[in-house]
Amino acid sequence: MNLRRFSLIAVPYFWLLALFLVPFLIVFKISLSDIALAIPPYTPTLELSEGWAGFRDFASQLDFENFEFLATDDLYWKSYLSSLKIALISTFFCLLIGFPIAYGMANAPKEWQPTLMLLVILPFWTSFLIRVYSLIGILSQEGMLNQFLMWTGIINDPLTILNTNIAVYIGIVYTYCPFMILPIYATLTKLDGSLLEAAEDLGCSRTEAFWRITVPLSKAGIIAGCFLVFIPALGEFVIPSLLGGSDTLMIGKVLYEEFFANRDWPVAGAVAVILLLILIIPIVLYQRNEQKQMEAEA
Amino acid sequence: MPETAFEPWNDPNEKPLIQFRNVTKRFGDFTAIDDLSIDIFEKEFFALLGPSGCGKTTMMRMLAGFETPTSGTIMLDGQDISPIPPNKRSVNMMFQSYALFPHLTVYDNIAFGLKRDKLPKDQIDARVKEMLRLVQIEKFGQRKPEQISGGQRQRVALARSLAKAPKLLLLDEPLSALDKKLRQDTQFELMDIQEKTGTTFVVVTHDQEEAMTVASRVAVMDHGKLKQVDTPDRIYEAPNSTYVADFIGDVNIIEGHATAQGNTVSIVWAEGQPPIIGTPTTPIEGKVSFAIRPEKIAISADQPTDRANVVQGKVLDIAYLGNLSTYHVQLPNGVIIKAQTANSRRRARRPFTWEDQVWLSWTDTAGIVLDN
Repeated sequence: MNLRRFSLIAVPYFWLLALFLVPFLIVFKISLSDIALAIPPYTPTLELSEGWAGFRDFASQLDFENFEFLATDDLYWKSYLSSLKIALISTFFCLLIGFPIAYGMANAPKEWQPTLMLLVILPFWTSFLIRVYSLIGILSQEGMLNQFLMWTGIINDPLTILNTNIAVYIGIVYTYCPFMILPIYATLTKLDGSLLEAAEDLGCSRTEAFWRITVPLSKAGIIAGCFLVFIPALGEFVIPSLLGGSDTLMIGKVLYEEFFANRDWPVAGAVAVILLLILIIPIVLYQRNEQKQMEAEA
Repeated sequence: MPETAFEPWNDPNEKPLIQFRNVTKRFGDFTAIDDLSIDIFEKEFFALLGPSGCGKTTMMRMLAGFETPTSGTIMLDGQDISPIPPNKRSVNMMFQSYALFPHLTVYDNIAFGLKRDKLPKDQIDARVKEMLRLVQIEKFGQRKPEQISGGQRQRVALARSLAKAPKLLLLDEPLSALDKKLRQDTQFELMDIQEKTGTTFVVVTHDQEEAMTVASRVAVMDHGKLKQVDTPDRIYEAPNSTYVADFIGDVNIIEGHATAQGNTVSIVWAEGQPPIIGTPTTPIEGKVSFAIRPEKIAISADQPTDRANVVQGKVLDIAYLGNLSTYHVQLPNGVIIKAQTANSRRRARRPFTWEDQVWLSWTDTAGIVLDN
């Protein structure tokens, strides 16, 4: 029996160990190394053939120099802050757009709901990159959006949207909205309609019943949705590098440039480690929210 | 001072609290309520009884304001309530699922309606405490609905719907989620609370025992129509149709042909069987149904001589219910008649057993003669 239980638990733990912990330790090790013109482009590397002495030699060469460097150059902490800001604002807009969509879906006739659900998931059937590229076609100076606006006569000169932070917001909100919609939709469909009738019966108007009953009872879905948008948006790199301008600072982009343009793996490693540390806080909060919700349902 | 019976429906000077006037409600092609008129009086404990789909819930939802009649008017206190939304009506409802707000404590659930009225805080507090006391859950005020038992939740739901002191309280299957023992205790408590608060209660139920126990009057419904509206004892002892007789309690129904004999009728119902002598309430002849409750039929080993109706048969089945025993007796022509005796003595030998030949007998007023 114990062996069975052990093997059941062992599978996910092995998965985590092999695909998360080991790669993280490698990245962490790289972040403590120094840049070198070699393959791989850092020193030291562990020589197992030299035994214990080799390991001591290896360990003595590791230091926190790269982290100190991150603290001194303001590019990095500005990028972190800017990423936080962009992720927060995008999350807010996702909520603003996603909640009404989820609410509409949950209150739509039962036979429509699978179709509406499909429409939300449908964009995932095409590659993420292709969708972001097609946004370029829509948002550029000669893009469809500007052409449409000029055709209707709302504007006379094309708007500059592409390569600004606004394009980044549009991209993130567009890409991550389904992650906001789905958990909110899930909690809203579970909402017992008689609760709203009871609230009305006790003197609430429809609007008041919405704020006092629907919103508090979909809190778990809102929190889950916010984290599901915020966490990937914080480290986002494709959207800012394709849609953003040169002044768009996002840590994902910085990380990419350190790694591929500068070939400075140790600094890139340090940037990644700090990013992970920042993300641990919302991830833990998200986990706690999920756990609380599961306990409430049990 | 002699206490007069509570019978406002017999007093022509009484003004009804609720009046349904030719109310019809249709959902698409389906007619849930069919041209229904009824008066319900203040301080009544009125039960709407019927099988599922008979329209009783629709009637209640129209009173609460969640549905509007397709035609006809509903008056509350002499005022047409159809244009008034549910949140502006002095009507509160206790939901079948209780519909307690899971994110609020018991205290806040009960205070919910009072807070919407923007009452001063100390007044709300006093009222909530009064309600907690009324339904005897003072200890659980700070708990969440999920942390209390089903019976306690039922009390919270009742307290919450009573907190605003509505003119009319609607109860949708209030006790259906409780187990039998608790349900019986709660029935009496519910009557007690109704009397204490003096609120008019309208209860919807499919449980005839519940309706009979709690209600001052019972309305038996079927297919959107009222079959009979009467006091529980009249519904039981003087049903006006075979539907009502059959729906409430156990009954033997025998169809036959009646001919008048003075005040009584003689019902020929089967070849080789003596005609049944019955007393109709109004003169009746021709095709009739004779309905008789099992407990009105005596069962004996010897042929009784003092009763108008006597038949012989053989015991087919015995259902022992503890307090009662029901005998299924088969007559020579194959008809099965149910007879019930009270097991009033603890150590009595069971007088009859399977295959015994027995005599069934009843008086000429024991059954009801119903027009077909």
